[in-house]
Amino acid sequence: MGLYFLKRVALSILIVMLAVTLLFCMIHMVPGDPARILLGPRATPELIASLSAQMGLDQSLPIQIVKFFGNILRGDLGMDVITNRPVAATVFGQLPYTLWLIFTAIIFAMLIGIPLGCYSALHRNTLIDRITGVISVACITAPSFVVALYSLLIFAVTLHWFPAVGAGDKGDFWDQVSHLVLPAFAIGLSWVGYLSRLVRASMLEVMSENHIRTARAYGLSENTVVYRYALKLAVLPTVTVIGVGMGFLLSAALFTEIVFARPGIGKLIFDSITTRNYPVVMGSVLVSTILFVVSTTLSDLINAWLDPRIRASL
Amino acid sequence: MSAEQKIDNVLSIRDLSVHYSTNRGELNALRHVNLDVPKGSIVGVVGESGCGKSTLISSIIRLLAENAIVPNGSINFEGSNLLTISEDEMRAIRGQRMSIVFQDPMSTLNPVISIGRQMIDIQYRDKKTKQQKRQRSIEMLASVGIPDPESRLDQYPHEFSGGMQQRISIAMALQAQPSLLIADEPTTALDATLEVQIIHLLKDLQRDMGCSILFISHHLGVIAELCDYVVVMYAGEVVEQGTARDVFHLPAHPYTEKLLKCDPASIAEKSRSLPTIPGEIPDLTSLPSGCVFKNRCDKAMPKCDSVVPEWRESAQGHFVSCHWAKP
Repeated sequence: MGLYFLKRVALSILIVMLAVTLLFCMIHMVPGDPARILLGPRATPELIASLSAQMGLDQSLPIQIVKFFGNILRGDLGMDVITNRPVAATVFGQLPYTLWLIFTAIIFAMLIGIPLGCYSALHRNTLIDRITGVISVACITAPSFVVALYSLLIFAVTLHWFPAVGAGDKGDFWDQVSHLVLPAFAIGLSWVGYLSRLVRASMLEVMSENHIRTARAYGLSENTVVYRYALKLAVLPTVTVIGVGMGFLLSAALFTEIVFARPGIGKLIFDSITTRNYPVVMGSVLVSTILFVVSTTLSDLINAWLDPRIRASL
Repeated sequence: MSAEQKIDNVLSIRDLSVHYSTNRGELNALRHVNLDVPKGSIVGVVGESGCGKSTLISSIIRLLAENAIVPNGSINFEGSNLLTISEDEMRAIRGQRMSIVFQDPMSTLNPVISIGRQMIDIQYRDKKTKQQKRQRSIEMLASVGIPDPESRLDQYPHEFSGGMQQRISIAMALQAQPSLLIADEPTTALDATLEVQIIHLLKDLQRDMGCSILFISHHLGVIAELCDYVVVMYAGEVVEQGTARDVFHLPAHPYTEKLLKCDPASIAEKSRSLPTIPGEIPDLTSLPSGCVFKNRCDKAMPKCDSVVPEWRESAQGHFVSCHWAKP
C-alpha cells in the first residue's frame, strides 16, 4: 500500500504540473497583449513596456513558466487587478464555501443513492425497484440549475423553510447549514439518481459472480454475503465515479452559486470573467484543477485500499 | 446400493425433477433422478455438458436459479429432506455438514478479502477464539499442501496460482469436517499434472476424514481412478448407476458403452479422428416420447419410441433405465 501511495501521488503531481503548464500556454495563446488590455486603449507604449516588464511578459516562455511554478510553490498566484489584493487570498477565501457545498451534496447523494441502489439490486424487478428506477432516471435528467431555481421558488420563496440567498452568518453554524441545504440538494439530486443506478448495476453484477455462490454455499448469512462480501466489490466503480464527479460538481456549483447568490469559487470565476479580472480567473481555474486531481487521486487511493489487486497493478 | 440392503446412505435422492421456466417454455433440466451416496464412499457423476450435473448440485445445496421449479422428488441428507426444511435449517447444513468445491478455482474465492479472513469467516458457528480459528485455518492449509501457511494466510486469492486456489477451496470445504463433500468438476480448469495432484489430495483427505464425496466430472479416467460408485447422466436423467467396476467393465446402458468408447485413454489404434457419439442431446424444452437416448442409440427397438424405460436393477447393485439392457 505504501509503495502504491507514493507512486500514485507522484503521478498526480506530474498531472498537476502538466495541467498548469497547459493552462499557462492556453492563456498565453489568447490573442492580444495582456498589458495593453489591462491599461486600456489610451496607454502609452512606455507604460505598456513597463507593465510588461513588471509582469515578466518580456521574458521567453519557458522562463515565464518556470517563474510561474516558482510563484505557485510560494503560494503567490499574482495580484487581483481590481482590488489589488493577492489572488491567493481571494481564492482561498472563497474556496471553503464551494468545498462545503460539494461535500454536502456528494454525502447527501451517497447516503440516499447507495442504499437505494443496494435495495433495488436485492429486490430486482419488484415494484419498488421499478419505481426507484423511474425516479432515479428523472433525477439524473433534471439539470441542476433547473432544480436550483424550482427548489428556490418552492422551499424558500413559497414555503419559507430555508433561506433563499447567501451563505449565512460567519459565526452562526446552524445559519450556515440552513443556507447550505437547498444548493446542496440542487446539485446533489442528479447524483442520487446516478449513484443508485450505478450501485444497482454493479451490485447485480457482483451478486452473480461465483464467489458469492461460494459464500452462500458456506452458509454465511445473507447480511454477511451482501454487506461484507459483495458491497466491498460493488462500491469500487462508485468510488471512481465520485472521484471524477467532484469535477462535474465544481461546474454544477457555478450555476448554483449564481442562482443562490452564494459566495464560492464558481461565483468568483463568473464574476472575474465578466470583469476581465484575468489573474483571478487564472488562480481560480488553477485551484479547481488541483482540486479535481486531488479528488481523483483520493478515489484511486480508496479503491486501492479496498481492492488488493489494484495495489499490485500500478 | 439397493433399498433392501439398507446401506447407510449420507445422501439419497429419489424421483427428483427440476424444471426451469424460460421464454421458450419449460426446460426439463432434471427428470426423476435417483441417486445414493453411501457413507464413506466416493460417488462419481459423469455425463456430457448440459446433462444436468450442475442443476443436480444446485438442487442439493439448494442454491437453484430463481426460475427453477421442483415439481416432485426428495433429497434426503442425514435424515432431513433438503427440499422441505426451512432456509435457516438449510443454512445450518451448508458449509458445516455439507460442503462444495466449485469448478473454476480462480473465481470461487472473494478477490478483495484475504484467504485467512474468508477461512475464519466460515467458522462463524464455532465458539472458538479468533486465534483458535486462525490456528485451525493454518492446519487446514498445511493439510492441503500450501507451503508456509502461516504467512500466506494474510494474502489474497490473486497472489496464488490456480492449483493453489483449488487447494485452498478444498481446505475451506473440509475445514468443518463435513459428512458430504460435493466436488463440481474441481479439476476441469487445471492442467493435467495438477489434476492428478488434486485427485490424490482428495483421495487422501477422504480417507483421513472419512467423509463421503459426490464427485462430478466429465473425465472418465478421473472417475475410474477415484470413485467407488458411478452415476451416468444423460439429458437430465440418470441412466445407469453401479459400482465403478461394474459400470466400467459391464456397462448396461448403450450410452455408457458409447461414452467409454469415446474416452481417448481407451483407444488402442491410432486414427485421424477421435470417436464421437453421433447425434445431439434432445431439446430439453420439447422432449421426445419414450426413451430419451433412442435417437442416438444403435440398439433402439420399437418399444423405445413409446414406452419410457423404467429404473430397474439389472444386476446386484447395478441400476439402469433401458429396455435393451439385460436381463
